Amino acid sequence: MELIQANPPLLRRLAPLDWAAALLLALGAAYAFRSYGGYMDGYEKAFLVLAVPTFSWLAWQWSALRNLMGLIALLSLAGISLYQGDLARAEQVFWLKYFLSSQTAIGWMCALFFMATGAFWLGLLARSDFAERTGSALTWTAVLMGFTGMMVRWYESYLIGTDVGHIPVSNLYEVFVLFSLITALLYLHYERRYGTRRLGAFVLLVISAAVGFLLWYTFSRDAQGIQPLVPALQSYWMKIHVPANFIGYGSFALAAMVGVAWLLQSRGILATRLPAPVVLEDVMYKSIAVGFAFFTIATILGALWAAEAWGTYWQWDPKETWALIVWLNYAAWLHMRLTKGLRGAVLAWWSVSGLVVTSFAFLGVNMFLSGLHSYGSL
Amino acid sequence: MNRSFRHNLYELFSSMRFAISLLTILAIASAIGTVLKQGEAYNAYLNQFGPFWFGIFERLGLYAVYHAGWFLTILAFLVISTSLCILRQAPQMLHEMRTYREHAKESSLRQFAHRAELATALSVEQAGGRIEAHLRQQGYQTRRNARAGALLIAAKAGSWNRLGYILAHSAIVTICIGGLLDGDLPLNLHLWLGNKQIARGTQSLDRLPPASRLPVDHWSYRGNIFVPEGKRADFATVNIGDGFLIQELPFDLILKKFHVDYYSTGAPKRFASDVVLVDKKTGISTARTIEVNKPFTYQGITLYQASFEDGGSVLRLKAHSLSPGSGEVLDLTGAVGDAIRLTRRDAPLTLELTNLRPINVENIGSPRTDTGNLLEKHLGSGAKSDRDLHNVGPSILFKLRDNAGQAREFNSYMLPIEQEGRRFFLAGVRDAQADDFRYMRIPADREGTMTTWFELRTLLTDPAARAQIARRFTAAALKGDAVSETLRSKLSDTTEHTLGLYADGGYEGLDKFIRTTLPAAEQQKAAEVFVKVLQGAAWEALQLSREQRQLAPWPMDGISAAFINDSLNAISDSFHYGAPVFIEMTGFDLVQASVIQATRSPGQYIVYLGCALLIAGVCFMLYVRERRFFALVKEDGSVLLAMSTNRKTLDFEETFVRHRDQLQQLLTLPESDHGTHSG
Repeated sequence: MELIQANPPLLRRLAPLDWAAALLLALGAAYAFRSYGGYMDGYEKAFLVLAVPTFSWLAWQWSALRNLMGLIALLSLAGISLYQGDLARAEQVFWLKYFLSSQTAIGWMCALFFMATGAFWLGLLARSDFAERTGSALTWTAVLMGFTGMMVRWYESYLIGTDVGHIPVSNLYEVFVLFSLITALLYLHYERRYGTRRLGAFVLLVISAAVGFLLWYTFSRDAQGIQPLVPALQSYWMKIHVPANFIGYGSFALAAMVGVAWLLQSRGILATRLPAPVVLEDVMYKSIAVGFAFFTIATILGALWAAEAWGTYWQWDPKETWALIVWLNYAAWLHMRLTKGLRGAVLAWWSVSGLVVTSFAFLGVNMFLSGLHSYGSL
Repeated sequence: MNRSFRHNLYELFSSMRFAISLLTILAIASAIGTVLKQGEAYNAYLNQFGPFWFGIFERLGLYAVYHAGWFLTILAFLVISTSLCILRQAPQMLHEMRTYREHAKESSLRQFAHRAELATALSVEQAGGRIEAHLRQQGYQTRRNARAGALLIAAKAGSWNRLGYILAHSAIVTICIGGLLDGDLPLNLHLWLGNKQIARGTQSLDRLPPASRLPVDHWSYRGNIFVPEGKRADFATVNIGDGFLIQELPFDLILKKFHVDYYSTGAPKRFASDVVLVDKKTGISTARTIEVNKPFTYQGITLYQASFEDGGSVLRLKAHSLSPGSGEVLDLTGAVGDAIRLTRRDAPLTLELTNLRPINVENIGSPRTDTGNLLEKHLGSGAKSDRDLHNVGPSILFKLRDNAGQAREFNSYMLPIEQEGRRFFLAGVRDAQADDFRYMRIPADREGTMTTWFELRTLLTDPAARAQIARRFTAAALKGDAVSETLRSKLSDTTEHTLGLYADGGYEGLDKFIRTTLPAAEQQKAAEVFVKVLQGAAWEALQLSREQRQLAPWPMDGISAAFINDSLNAISDSFHYGAPVFIEMTGFDLVQASVIQATRSPGQYIVYLGCALLIAGVCFMLYVRERRFFALVKEDGSVLLAMSTNRKTLDFEETFVRHRDQLQQLLTLPESDHGTHSG
């Protein structure tokens, strides 16, 4: 009977730890409600309530993610409690200064992503399973440190002033961290789903590029400071619009790197080391499908927000227009694959060039074009 | 149009090739509008492109790409193509959703890429029952088809995938239609019919003809209401190209108070307008606060906090004459937006008060000196910042226009600003809008005012005073020394001459004199002597001014020395200030104006409906997997399994293998065990 039971309903598959995770999430939300409910508006309360089933479901689907969430919570709470409400302690307390304060934790994330990239490439070139497992472990650790940094940064922003406090997804520096983390998590998901670590070398390259930019932005532009929100950004919409967008960007970036792997594979480079072309095509499709769905939702959320902040849901602002261009690009890609049944080189090239379009929408618009949406100007 | 041509057209418009081409063309066309800044003043384009290209670009509609006819045509084609796709596919899709294909022939099942043959000892009925129960448990809908010597179980799951197609594509059409209703199509229709006339220039708004006014019930619009504090407005200005129209509103909007709140860093935190709306028909008043991100909708018109301007603040000013030795001061009062005639003997001037900025937040932090370890600097919290933002107080922007109509623009700060440990009044000037302001730094005296500097300047530019200063300086310099009267008078003359050169052209005048009259070898030394003499004389001038005002003399210390030095620099710069008067602001009564955007967009809810359809459609299309499963159970104990999907992905393979293995196990179980798992 074992085989038949292999696919029972979700609730019956849950282990005690799964229930513990859900319980902790619910308790956390209840605590937040009781302590800070007075400062939240209706939408924020709704987000808080919905976060419990959403993250429980994610934890149930993916036990590694459940453990990650637990560790993030643990480290973030440790960081927060070490602060004791005093920002100056970031310079004085050893654990804060060298591990848990936001800048340091994000610094660790950067270093770990670089190391993971090296490990994945070593694993790919030397066919070393050990190196690849190290790469995965480093990626997980980088994600842990990155999210801890973001959580602590969120808290730090409230220490500057209660009116300054906000979720750290408000400027180019913060969203670059978010982009790296989301892309890494998406990669780890596909790693598990397809049982191969061979794509790590490629996906971690794009993350390393993002981290490289992040470091340049930090060291040469001093962009890491927490800035209070301009009035247009003070909205509950930011909490969902930005993350949804970056699931889209992250997925498209991942698909592009898989496209690169496909193209190398088709030219006989690393061919014996990389997964089969069908697998690559499948990952590429899944990733673009996920990205497209989230990007659609994010753009629509953006339109709803624009209607509230700028007085119209669509006004052909450069950022809006480029979001449309990205959307049209992947809509065309999906049509080619799903309706025309196209596979192979054209789609791989298209997916790679999609990254150029996406990067322009993400960065280029801020650098070269001016508009309403210039929160992260270079 | 003959039938085959129409058919071909239909084929083309509903084809995938056409749809993908349209998506690509639309993407490229959209990109054009982001490269060229849209909706700027036509003058700016003319300057940028020159008259030739300006005309061509205007005709191509490149200044408002998204409202251009050709762009709307592309959109129209997209709508047509998408609609035709729906028309073409929907009936088939709906049929696919409903059908189980339970009449599939065995031969066609054998063509499936995913198929397997199993054997069972169970009867057809029993085997069929178990298969059906299993598939239902796995989320399939099933239908039986009994045929000669066999039973076909046809199952389907994920039919909503097909619905997703219809939803997503109708969403595109819905969104485009909604957007079109909110666009400027109704307005363009008016303009095209000649009913309305775009107003240009600065004619008085009250006297605009009805042809430039849009009625209260105009279908959709987006305009700005400008209203100063304490005033009312009942219309919005709708900008079109390089002109505008007036949109009548069904209410009077009264601005009670406009608020700007700031963070402790000086960055703006909140813009809000306390308004009262008085309905023109009913006379009912509604009081509200409109904030950024918190608009207010009244009778289908949504009001947003768009921006703010000065609403005619009253400024108290002092005009200091900069004529040599004059020291004349004139008190003035004027409102922002006013032009004031300055009656002067030599050249009449007009003072145009452009703007008052009550708050200026500037980064006045000096770069950190303790660079130390670069890495160390980036550890710790994200709250650290090198930026030191401070409010440096109010400033005014004004123009001085001469009789010939030539104007320079000036920007003056009301309060002294600390720089290098000293405090200066910054006064900027520029010749053209595109230039940066050049700043003159007038040192604040010990009382924190400009008075001492002006006194000093007046004395140093007055020939009579200069002679007196030269004598004082000589006396002080030669105090206690037994020198001849000739030497004494020689020093006095030299001092007076130096001051005269300086009063004529500042440091530049002195420099010119040195270069033209002295041999190169002596220039450096002479310059040092001149500067020493100048500083000494200025010190005497300062003390003289104190005496004249019957104030205690300044002590000889570092502060005084720095003040003398800074004053001489500023006086030298003042010869290039470009105006015969210096305007100082001594106080103001702030009157702000709020700019509130009024929007009426009845198509909004159609667009939102389209968005909901789009999200549902995309999710169904990408995440609901359509699967069909067939099991043909024959009396001879053989079972043919076949499975198909419209989207082949790797997990489809796994699903088929799983179903096959599970069914194989089920069909080999003895009769008594059945039922334990089917729940």
